[in-house]
Amino acid sequence: MSEYAIQMLGITKTFPGIIANDNVDLEVKKNEVLAILGENGAGKSTLMSVLFGAYPPDAGKILINGKEVKITDPNVATKLGIGMVHQHFKLVHNYTVTENIVLGREPRNKAGILSLKDAEKRVADLSKRYGLQVDPKAKIDDITVGQQQRVEILKTLYSDSDIIILDEPTAVLTPQEIDELMDIIRLLKKEGKTIVIITHKLKEIMAVADRCTVLRRGKYIGTIDITPETNEQELATMMVGRPVKFDIDKAPCKPGKVSLEIKNITVNDSLGVAKVKDLSLSVREGEIVGIAGVDGNGQTELLYALSGLSKVENGQIILDGEDITNLTIKERIERGLGHIPEDRQKHGLVGGFTVAENTVLKNYYTDTYTGKMGVLKYDKIKENSDSLIEQFDIRSGQGSYTPAGSLSGGNQQKVIVAREISLSPKVLLVAQPTRGLDVGAIEYIRKRLVAERDKGKAILLVSFELDEIMNLCDRIAAISKGQIVGIFNEGEKTSAEIGLMMAGVKSKEAQ
Amino acid sequence: MVKRLEKKKEKVPFVDWFLSSNGATSVAVVILGFLAGVILLLCIGKSPAGLFKAIGQSMFGKAGKNGGWNLRTVGDTLMFSVPYVLCGLSMAFANRVGLFNIGAEGQYTIGMLAAHIVAVCIPAFPGQWLLCILVALLAGSIWGGIVGFLKARYKVSEVVATIMLNYVALYLYPLICLYLLPEATVNKSGRTADLAETSLLAKVLFDGSNFNIGFIFMILAVIVFWFIMEKTRLGFGLRATGFNKDAARCSGINDTGNITLAMAISGAFAGMAGAIILLGSVRYSKILTGQDNYGFMGIAVALVGNSKALGCLLAGYLFGVLKSAYSIMQGMGIPKEVVNIIQGLIVIFISFRSGLGLIRDRRAKVKVRKEADK
Amino acid sequence: MIGTISTIMMLAAPILIIATGGMICERSGVTNVGLDGLMSIGACTAAIVHQLLEAAGVGRISLTVALLAAALVSMLISVLHAIASVDLKSDQTISGTGINLLATGITVFVCQRIYGTDRSTEFKMGMVKDGIGFYPTLYIAIVVVVLAWFILYKTPFGMHLRACGEHPAAADSVGINVRRIRYIGVLSSGFLGGLAGGCAVLTQTIQYTNTFVNGRGFIALAAVAFGRWTPLGVTGASVLFGASLALSTISSMTPALKVIPSQVFNIVPYLVTLIALIAFSGRDYAPKAVGIPYEKGSS
Repeated sequence: MSEYAIQMLGITKTFPGIIANDNVDLEVKKNEVLAILGENGAGKSTLMSVLFGAYPPDAGKILINGKEVKITDPNVATKLGIGMVHQHFKLVHNYTVTENIVLGREPRNKAGILSLKDAEKRVADLSKRYGLQVDPKAKIDDITVGQQQRVEILKTLYSDSDIIILDEPTAVLTPQEIDELMDIIRLLKKEGKTIVIITHKLKEIMAVADRCTVLRRGKYIGTIDITPETNEQELATMMVGRPVKFDIDKAPCKPGKVSLEIKNITVNDSLGVAKVKDLSLSVREGEIVGIAGVDGNGQTELLYALSGLSKVENGQIILDGEDITNLTIKERIERGLGHIPEDRQKHGLVGGFTVAENTVLKNYYTDTYTGKMGVLKYDKIKENSDSLIEQFDIRSGQGSYTPAGSLSGGNQQKVIVAREISLSPKVLLVAQPTRGLDVGAIEYIRKRLVAERDKGKAILLVSFELDEIMNLCDRIAAISKGQIVGIFNEGEKTSAEIGLMMAGVKSKEAQ
Repeated sequence: MVKRLEKKKEKVPFVDWFLSSNGATSVAVVILGFLAGVILLLCIGKSPAGLFKAIGQSMFGKAGKNGGWNLRTVGDTLMFSVPYVLCGLSMAFANRVGLFNIGAEGQYTIGMLAAHIVAVCIPAFPGQWLLCILVALLAGSIWGGIVGFLKARYKVSEVVATIMLNYVALYLYPLICLYLLPEATVNKSGRTADLAETSLLAKVLFDGSNFNIGFIFMILAVIVFWFIMEKTRLGFGLRATGFNKDAARCSGINDTGNITLAMAISGAFAGMAGAIILLGSVRYSKILTGQDNYGFMGIAVALVGNSKALGCLLAGYLFGVLKSAYSIMQGMGIPKEVVNIIQGLIVIFISFRSGLGLIRDRRAKVKVRKEADK
Repeated sequence: MIGTISTIMMLAAPILIIATGGMICERSGVTNVGLDGLMSIGACTAAIVHQLLEAAGVGRISLTVALLAAALVSMLISVLHAIASVDLKSDQTISGTGINLLATGITVFVCQRIYGTDRSTEFKMGMVKDGIGFYPTLYIAIVVVVLAWFILYKTPFGMHLRACGEHPAAADSVGINVRRIRYIGVLSSGFLGGLAGGCAVLTQTIQYTNTFVNGRGFIALAAVAFGRWTPLGVTGASVLFGASLALSTISSMTPALKVIPSQVFNIVPYLVTLIALIAFSGRDYAPKAVGIPYEKGSS
């Protein structure tokens, strides 16, 4: 018998425009927890999709338990004992937990009719045995994200998989859910499963992994054993290809007068549930205030309300002394509110427009760009975007004429940042500015934000990455369940303390 | 610095150019449609020459070398293309704002109805035709605007809503003509009383043909479409909404207003088509019993014309030529339905066009591989 | 009274059959606005086959043959829609519209070739009513919708099909062949659309003309939306719409209804659906992935 559960040798996979995997090797020993580390776009997910039979590799071979196999579709992978928990859950929203688990291999009676009774019982048993606490008859629509992930894990257990692959499993979880997941992974290992966990978070690797394989830009870099002595910096260097310094040098904060004042606002989601409750916060000129919290605690709704995308139930928003609570989005922009949205594809850019058109998306109608009879001055628009492309180092194939949708993620974000900064807003709302970007772009965008602060702008930053908040912000507000549970200055609290507050434990000082 | 960022003129392989050019693929699709028509004719043992003779006749007024000149058909053909172009613009305008307006048919009908009411219900006065057209524009835009409003406010699918309103309009026409208009305006034998002389569109140019000033309105419509869409800030906001309404909204563009407005403008084009057909071709109005299908053909026109003003003009003319050829072919003993089949196939081939994107992806992939292997 | 119910059922049955097809198609994730064209093709085929076989003297069996032929020919045409929307990932509304336009051309073309005129020659005798006063099409419709309900909700295949309409990536990830399922969805709508056309032409008239179908495919589309994509709902909607069509034809003959113009009844199905869609707004009953081509590897 082979010592390895999985061996992927010389895997190459191309997509239109990019080589996702370039001659990558991966070897997973039986009953170990192996982490695959890499930045966004390093080819981790592609490699696993190839293993799971989602698409065929262009070159290379796969050995499972020492035997060469051809994995043509997910069913083959399942038969070989491989199960995958996808980053974006593959669950049908209006099916029950059990229906989702048995999908594709439904139990049927002699007449060929569905019969789910036995399956439900088995799901309940498995759920109990691995401490997953999922109701087999609940609809996916009605359970939490954390529970949905457990349904995905149950899927793999239900099909008796020996090898379980978890793709970025903690991206959507709260700190407690992450801890619980780590426990689940340890339990799975104890029960004899082989685990592969794909991640770019070093802490999780240190917490559960036995070994770690690093990929960078589609290439295999190396594999190292993880021991308590393993140096995180070394892992980060392998991942990025050069020593990384995530800390930013910034001058001490010199705050001015209050620029944005949020007074007791309450915001509902589309179903009428209050997501932001009686929240107050102020941001002064020349400072970055960060909102630290786990995704889903009202940050998105708060920003929607501030930018005008959704309405405020109660309370006031005051921009530079003026009440903007009931103004339209356009009016807020005209009064100096900038917004770098969380979802750059959805809210930030018009993908079908050129870079030039995107840079004037918020002020194309002003006299600068519009002449008589509402005719646009395309020459002026292009001049503006040419200069922004130069200033912000935006890499695009055809300069100002490049469709924004064809840019890389980092360059798309730069276009948005360039547009917002070029409008020189008084207050800049920034959400998740570096999510999904490579390290170079992350560093650049953080530097730009600090530069804006130094120019005297008020910046409100929302990020789900506590490190980013700790790094950039002059003041930090922890948010939990739609309420601010503590506000303090930079360096006043450790990340562990803030983490605790994000989990809803109120700080004494804050009250 | 501006120089440096000019579009780079790179040598692009023909195949790549073809695959990425909407205009080129549109032409190819039309050629394919005709090819299919020719094959069909050959299959049933008819000479395809007749098809092209009829087309020649309708375009140039002369069928082949030996045929006689007949300029009347040239004018008729141009006039035939008017409703196609206008309904094409209607579909195209909505399409550019990210909406699929299947409702040009209904907006056309309502426009015609409105023009009809103005033409028969008020005492004749000079320039009545202009009022008819304006009222038709308004009626069409209301009919379209309703859909836009429902889409923006209640998220009702515009495809379903327009289909529903098409039929509501279809039955509303006779309902209003037969039951709500003054008794004297209705002739129970399936047509209305004659329209007031002052409401008819003046005939110009081509002797004996149906060519009238409605054509000029169509040309104006094409120019207005182009100007609004490509040149103005209004068009900028509309196009932004079409590509990504969330981003447009987030940037302060009034997306819901734009959706309603786009459907209203869209409906105005179709409504105008209804008025021009009514006031230009017949002196009375038949009480509609079935759809004229201009609205549906408009979808095809917009698709072939890539939702651009000039594209719709050319594609609309093509459909006008086909319609004109249709009646000529009847006289020549060639199965005229081939024309309908060609039209249907053109739309189906257009829908196949998205497959070219798959080929494009494949080529990009091969190219990347080659570069990597170097 | 029974006469009225019989008329309603005669008109409702084909709508129910084609709407069931549309429902299956949409539940698999493909919209089909080409239903109207498919129904025309079915009606034309059935009328021609029945007329020719009747003239050849094969007896009543020709009705069955005509229905089957209608379903199969229409299914064949729907392959075009499947290729465009499933394989070539085109905008599904476009290829559906193409089918509608093509149907106008093809049906008249074929009638011209066979009969030398735009319509089919009259057949002598279509379907006949049973003892109670119902046409067999009613029973066909009931069988179709019950079978559709059973397959969709009680068999593994149905679970796969519905999954493809809600979350094709989920279905794909467990090895369900999304392409195959969606093909089956589209072809079912083609088959049932043709069958509906046949049922209509053999009960309601004696020949095919190009105005015969007159938008009933679109009524079916409305019935699917109004019936919230479920067999029971679609059945209710179809009967309601059948009733309003029936009223539009019999109102002129019934003194009590004479005051109401027949067009009012014609408008009802469309207006009711539109109002229902506004009332439903906010809660989305449509399959989540309907109308969106599935790209492998997307999430």
